[in-house]
Amino acid sequence: MTLGLIILILIAGGVLAWALGRVNEVLARAVSLLAIFVDLILTISLLAGGEFRISGGGAFVDQLKMPWIPQLGISLHFGADGLSLLLLLLTMLLGIVSVLVSWREITERVGFFHFNLLLVLAGIAGVFTALDLFLFYFFWELMLIPMYFLIAVWGHEKRVYASIKFFIFTQAGGLLMLLSILGLFYLHGQDTGVYTFDYFSLVGTRMPYAVSFWLMLGFLAGFLVKVPAVPVHSWLPDAHTEAPTAGSVVLAGLLLKTGAYGLIRFVVPFFPDASAAFAPVGMALGVAGIIYGAVLAFGQTDMKRLIANSSISHMGFVILGIYAWNTLALQGAVIQMLCHGISTGMLFVIAGALQDRLHTREMARMGGLWDAAPALSGVALFFAMASLGLPGLGNFVAEFLVLMGTFRSDMVYSVLASTGFVLSTIYSLSFVSRVFHGRRPEGLALADLSPREGAVSLVMIALILWIGLYPQPILRVSGAALKEIELGAAGRQMAETAVPLLPEASNGAR
Amino acid sequence: MAPDDLRALLPFMILAASPVAVILAIAFYRGHALSFIISIAGLLISFGSLFYSFRYAPRAVTPLLIIDRYSLFFTGLILLATLAVSLISFGYLENRSYRRGEYYALLLSAALGASTLVASSHFASFFLGLEILSLSLYAMVAYTRGSRFSLEAAFKYLVLASVSSAFLLFGMALIYSYAGTMELAGLALVSRAGPSVFATAGLAMMLVGIGFKLALAPFHMWTPDVYEGAPAPVSAFVATVSKGAVFALLVRYFSAFSLHDYPYLFWVLAGISILSMLIGNLLALLQNNVKRILAYSSISQLGYLLVAFLASGPQSFAAVSYYLASYFVAMLGSFGIVAVLAGPRGELVNLEDYQGLVWNRPWLAGIFTGMLLSLAGLPLTAGFIAKFYIVSAGVQAGQWALVLVLAASSVIGLFYYVRVIAAMYSKRLEAVPYGEVPVGGGIAVAVLTVALLWLGIWPSTLIGIIQRMIYGN
Repeated sequence: MTLGLIILILIAGGVLAWALGRVNEVLARAVSLLAIFVDLILTISLLAGGEFRISGGGAFVDQLKMPWIPQLGISLHFGADGLSLLLLLLTMLLGIVSVLVSWREITERVGFFHFNLLLVLAGIAGVFTALDLFLFYFFWELMLIPMYFLIAVWGHEKRVYASIKFFIFTQAGGLLMLLSILGLFYLHGQDTGVYTFDYFSLVGTRMPYAVSFWLMLGFLAGFLVKVPAVPVHSWLPDAHTEAPTAGSVVLAGLLLKTGAYGLIRFVVPFFPDASAAFAPVGMALGVAGIIYGAVLAFGQTDMKRLIANSSISHMGFVILGIYAWNTLALQGAVIQMLCHGISTGMLFVIAGALQDRLHTREMARMGGLWDAAPALSGVALFFAMASLGLPGLGNFVAEFLVLMGTFRSDMVYSVLASTGFVLSTIYSLSFVSRVFHGRRPEGLALADLSPREGAVSLVMIALILWIGLYPQPILRVSGAALKEIELGAAGRQMAETAVPLLPEASNGAR
Repeated sequence: MAPDDLRALLPFMILAASPVAVILAIAFYRGHALSFIISIAGLLISFGSLFYSFRYAPRAVTPLLIIDRYSLFFTGLILLATLAVSLISFGYLENRSYRRGEYYALLLSAALGASTLVASSHFASFFLGLEILSLSLYAMVAYTRGSRFSLEAAFKYLVLASVSSAFLLFGMALIYSYAGTMELAGLALVSRAGPSVFATAGLAMMLVGIGFKLALAPFHMWTPDVYEGAPAPVSAFVATVSKGAVFALLVRYFSAFSLHDYPYLFWVLAGISILSMLIGNLLALLQNNVKRILAYSSISQLGYLLVAFLASGPQSFAAVSYYLASYFVAMLGSFGIVAVLAGPRGELVNLEDYQGLVWNRPWLAGIFTGMLLSLAGLPLTAGFIAKFYIVSAGVQAGQWALVLVLAASSVIGLFYYVRVIAAMYSKRLEAVPYGEVPVGGGIAVAVLTVALLWLGIWPSTLIGIIQRMIYGN
């Protein structure tokens, strides 16, 4: 019930913000903030109340199931396990950040902006909690349109190009996924006589290997574009760069995670055999992303493009972790999703703050900002350090777990991926030195962090530190969910090819 | 004729009486509002009587017409669409100083022709319905006869539609020579005897004729010109009612012929479908005129419909019916916006005219966005469920090639829908002379938007109606 309520509050809040925005802009912002905050509380209450143990019937809490289009076997089926809830938590946190950073930046059509923002969040929340494949696809497509508007209306110079590119890339992937969903639906129907889009029914559908491989490719087309994996990543730098700050935060922090979530939740459980066969390619894609993204990031002169390309590199770790498919690597992938969401989201906030003050994103026209804005620079340094994987911060835990897990599955990929640590150090430090150190150009002045920005930064710094120093609670919540997924359809196949499962993932984390 | 036959025919008789009433009224008092009110009343009463005649269905009324759930469903759709077109037309014609009353007589008789088509079970009623529809449309396309474009469009339509009618007639004659009957039921019996040269040639020629009416590629050339030149409400009518009726008839006739007995016919139709999807979407990319974009969009939409049609089986019927309903809503809404925005100085059709529309007319821009997103098949709109339904039918029948082309071409299609949307949400260049929003048109597009969202969010009602229509319980 709560999950349905969470999505409903977002949609209702968005409509209300749109209506109020015509009267009073501050009211629209306040309503949006309130709606997301209420959802945050609800999510935390679910996390606190849930018992995240491995259970027979599934680790899902708070399932809601009611008929929607019964004639086609479609129902409104929501449910969340630890994985969904952690991502939902991230969604609400970054949602609040997005509203706060837009407070000064967005001055046109404020109501409509917040409507779109809350609708994207509703779509994302729906994707993380839908347990009916049609419903999932519905939300998957739903989040595109408001995201498109966020980029196209409030974006920067090349917004029209970037927004259309984003839209078309993701739609193309989405449609191929739709074909696979339907293929799976009819296979299951012909096999059992029950035509349904329900997740639990479709898991474990029997099918010939060749068919499962083709269907898996359809799903991959949808998810790998979103993550993004290397050959289909080219929409990302454009979209992230041209989007307004809140749009970049949502894109990098949340939208990319939906792809990774889809891989864990759907691809491997539906097609364990085909996924096992695909695993070497998947890991190669991950490693390619790690290295290629980092090299691209180093070559950028535009601050937001640099951060955007670093996302490709970080998300490579997620793909690698998923396809290594053992508890350690999966735990790492999940932590990486959370930490990348926070750290890259905050780097975009910093970039947005700088652009707002300096009216440029070109790093060549910056430099020596540390004296002028020490707090802002300090925060930037912190998140750059997080992003390069400094021990003690969350990203280190994540990438380290992924590398350890991968080492057990395939040593070569692990070694190759570990170069990512070095490469990320290079581009992160060069970013810091180009922007904050050196000589300040003549006449360049800027204000330091505002109290609002400072408060956001402090909370996020605390979170990254917490994950870095004491990840145990998060590992426990996600561990049960991941184990459930592993032991489900996937376990039997992958366990043979990969290493034996560790009894407790958390032992390796500390 | 038994009294029950007449009762079953009631909606059609009311619909036939209303243009006569309009003309008689004009003879005594020429007033735009009067004609409009009579036509609205006629359409509403006719729609209401559908529920009455429903009790007598299914029933073959003379060998010419069959009144069953299928024909009643599509007649209802046609009546509602005509109602929307009348509402849109009223404000549109108010702005123009032509003789306005006769327009409604033409519109109503066109609707009559269309409903005859969906109820026809005989070549004679098929052809009669089609000609009633087409003859009314020739005059309607040319109705703003001060405009050269309108005249050009009318002539093109006249010439090409006549040629296609000739093809159709020849095809019918060939099939008659083979089957010895012009009745649908008879054709179904004869076609089981197996294919023959006459039947194949006849079917092919009928297909050419129908292809013209549906504007399927490669018979689509007239569409953009006619849609561009015709008054926007008439374009809406041509794009929806005229095409929808012919498509409903196509489904009825060709379900009598088993497509499996004519494999090359299947492949020809598949080819036409693929061509329509690709040509429609690709050529739309090159357009800068909103009406032409919508015209090409309608070509591709009909291609999608063929995918479901070729899937055959009950699921395909349901998909076709749902898609047609959702297509009606979105197309009527889109052309409705063009009509509503048209000022006294003429229609605003260039993409530049729509730049920054959202800052001037936020509601209209929002509605247009919804309609375009529905045509593109995105969620919260009817088009999403409709496209899902179509793809679902195609996948069920295992027609992966068609479905993949559908997916690819709808990604291409997304580009030009988004182009229009991007124009509406971009910064305003200069003040564009938008007209006052007329009340009738405003109501029509508002109701269409509600329908669009309702079908997109809670589709089970309409799906339920459609399934009852197909499985009959």
